[in-house]
Amino acid sequence: MVAVTAGRTAQGAAGMTEAAAQTEEAAFDAAVAADERIEPRDWMPEAYRATLVRQMAQHAHSEIIGMQPEANWITRAPSLRRKAILMAKVQDEAGHGLYLYSAAETLGTSRDELLDKLHAGRQRYSSIFNYPTLTWADVGAIGWLVDGAAITNQVPLCRCSYGPYARAMVRICKEESFHQRQGFELLLALSRGTPAQHEMAQDAVNRWWWPSLMMFGPPDDASAHSAQSMAWKIKRHSNDELRRRFVDICVPQAQALGLTLPDPDIRWNEERGQHDYGEIDWTEFQEVLKGNGPCNDQRLAQRREAHEEGAWVRQAAAAYADKHRAQGESPSQGPGRARPSDGSDTAATPPDHPGTAAPSAGSEPSAGPSPSTGPEVTAQSMEATT
Amino acid sequence: MTAALALGDDALVLSHRLGEWAGHAPVLEEEVALANIALDLLGQARTLLSLAGDEDELAFLREERSFRNVQLVEQPNGDFAHTIARQLFFSVYQHLLYERLAAGTGEFTDLAAKAVKEVAYHRDHAEQWVLRLGDGTAESHERMRRGLDALWRYTGELFEPVEGVDIDWRALEGDWLSAVTSVVGRATLALPTGPRAGAWTAGAGRQGLHTEPFGRMLAEMQHLHRSHPGASW
Repeated sequence: MVAVTAGRTAQGAAGMTEAAAQTEEAAFDAAVAADERIEPRDWMPEAYRATLVRQMAQHAHSEIIGMQPEANWITRAPSLRRKAILMAKVQDEAGHGLYLYSAAETLGTSRDELLDKLHAGRQRYSSIFNYPTLTWADVGAIGWLVDGAAITNQVPLCRCSYGPYARAMVRICKEESFHQRQGFELLLALSRGTPAQHEMAQDAVNRWWWPSLMMFGPPDDASAHSAQSMAWKIKRHSNDELRRRFVDICVPQAQALGLTLPDPDIRWNEERGQHDYGEIDWTEFQEVLKGNGPCNDQRLAQRREAHEEGAWVRQAAAAYADKHRAQGESPSQGPGRARPSDGSDTAATPPDHPGTAAPSAGSEPSAGPSPSTGPEVTAQSMEATT
Repeated sequence: MTAALALGDDALVLSHRLGEWAGHAPVLEEEVALANIALDLLGQARTLLSLAGDEDELAFLREERSFRNVQLVEQPNGDFAHTIARQLFFSVYQHLLYERLAAGTGEFTDLAAKAVKEVAYHRDHAEQWVLRLGDGTAESHERMRRGLDALWRYTGELFEPVEGVDIDWRALEGDWLSAVTSVVGRATLALPTGPRAGAWTAGAGRQGLHTEPFGRMLAEMQHLHRSHPGASW
């Protein structure tokens, strides 16, 4: 575990005294209360660690599963400009997955371990990605509504008490807000386009609106993890609070788009200073969560297939690294890149993983799938899963 | 604008094929890397096609026989080794070509000066993977060998002179052969010995003669644009 600090080690093999444990817990509580960041080497309650791993894993999984519904349209994008934007967006999501898996690794949980849990159906990803992208306008609706809901959820996470997660979220939120504007702009072009394009946009908004509202999770009185997470300042606002904020943001934006939201009960409530909205179908939410959504099986199957079909590639990279280490060669530069991305359409590239970054001097060849565990660990964990 | 179309179509079509990997790559880092390469190529394609006309009209409204890309770039992805073999053959070619264009004084100088930096990365990416797959496991070695074998026949066409590109094409081919031979050798593999298309069908793709999978690729790429004539997106 990474949480063994020098202070704790000094307590010796006999373990900490009760008084010392109380001191550490008090220090943790005080840090959270003072809005200070908890860092990987700080003491933290096991339940805090477990909650963070669960949430960050779910978030990382959502990024990589979320690539699928949008990648579905890359090969059919109707203009080269839109194709570039969409490809960059899907690439950003892979990058977000990488930051988040790396942030989770600071809590002592490897990416391989988390991927295994995803593939085994033991960890979740956001249910929104279990809905299909049926037309091109869905790409816009996902950007506007799904990314919009994600930002509403995630901006407060930039102030999350756990440092690595908060810092990853700062970067992710910047890119998400770019995606949200691109989605809005895509829908605007359709809404102001031909009647067929306008209809396509309205149809997409009709289908994505309610699932987007469900992204904020169950109502506050039914949310299992909320209270403790709020006390730990992992979470800063309740599900319903964020949902309401999102509706307030969307109503004027829908008007600007010239599209309607498929809820006749949306109206301004003068007294509350917010919009009221209709009843959410929580049965649908529960069914999709249970695995009965339109694409649950398809999404997980594609993910597993990509992973299984890629096993020989990861094994080859690990075997190559082993051979060349055994021969005492200085490793050649891996398939990395040394230059920053350029152009507004291109994704910001994550700083420290083999696919995009120049390896640091003396590092292993960077074809291995996991930057922090190294190829041999990867090979072992792969064995265990196949 | 024969040359802009030829080079632009190469980049457009290969970008499309690489885009098909999204969500299917063997490891998350490769999702990012393959998308990066696809985006670089798409950027090059847009610049080049815009020299020849309207980029979207050219991409979405031409028929198969009007595309001027080499057949190599339209070949389906196959497995990861097959894709890497295609990347090796093409990126080494493109790197050597763009180096020459960047050093020249023709109309592609500025584009090539920018693109050559991108393409150097594409080449490095491909070469490093050829080494790992060739000199990795028995399975990866065999898959890499099959990929090189299957695509070898399409490499001759790369060196058919393109009208308007004033370089020494034979010297380019010589440099390409020695670069590719060296990488493949270090990967404990050998280059195939079979025929290369250029030897018997000079410049097929450059003249609008393509392979069967290309028509299906275009059908997918163009269908939405064509379904809404005159619409803007």
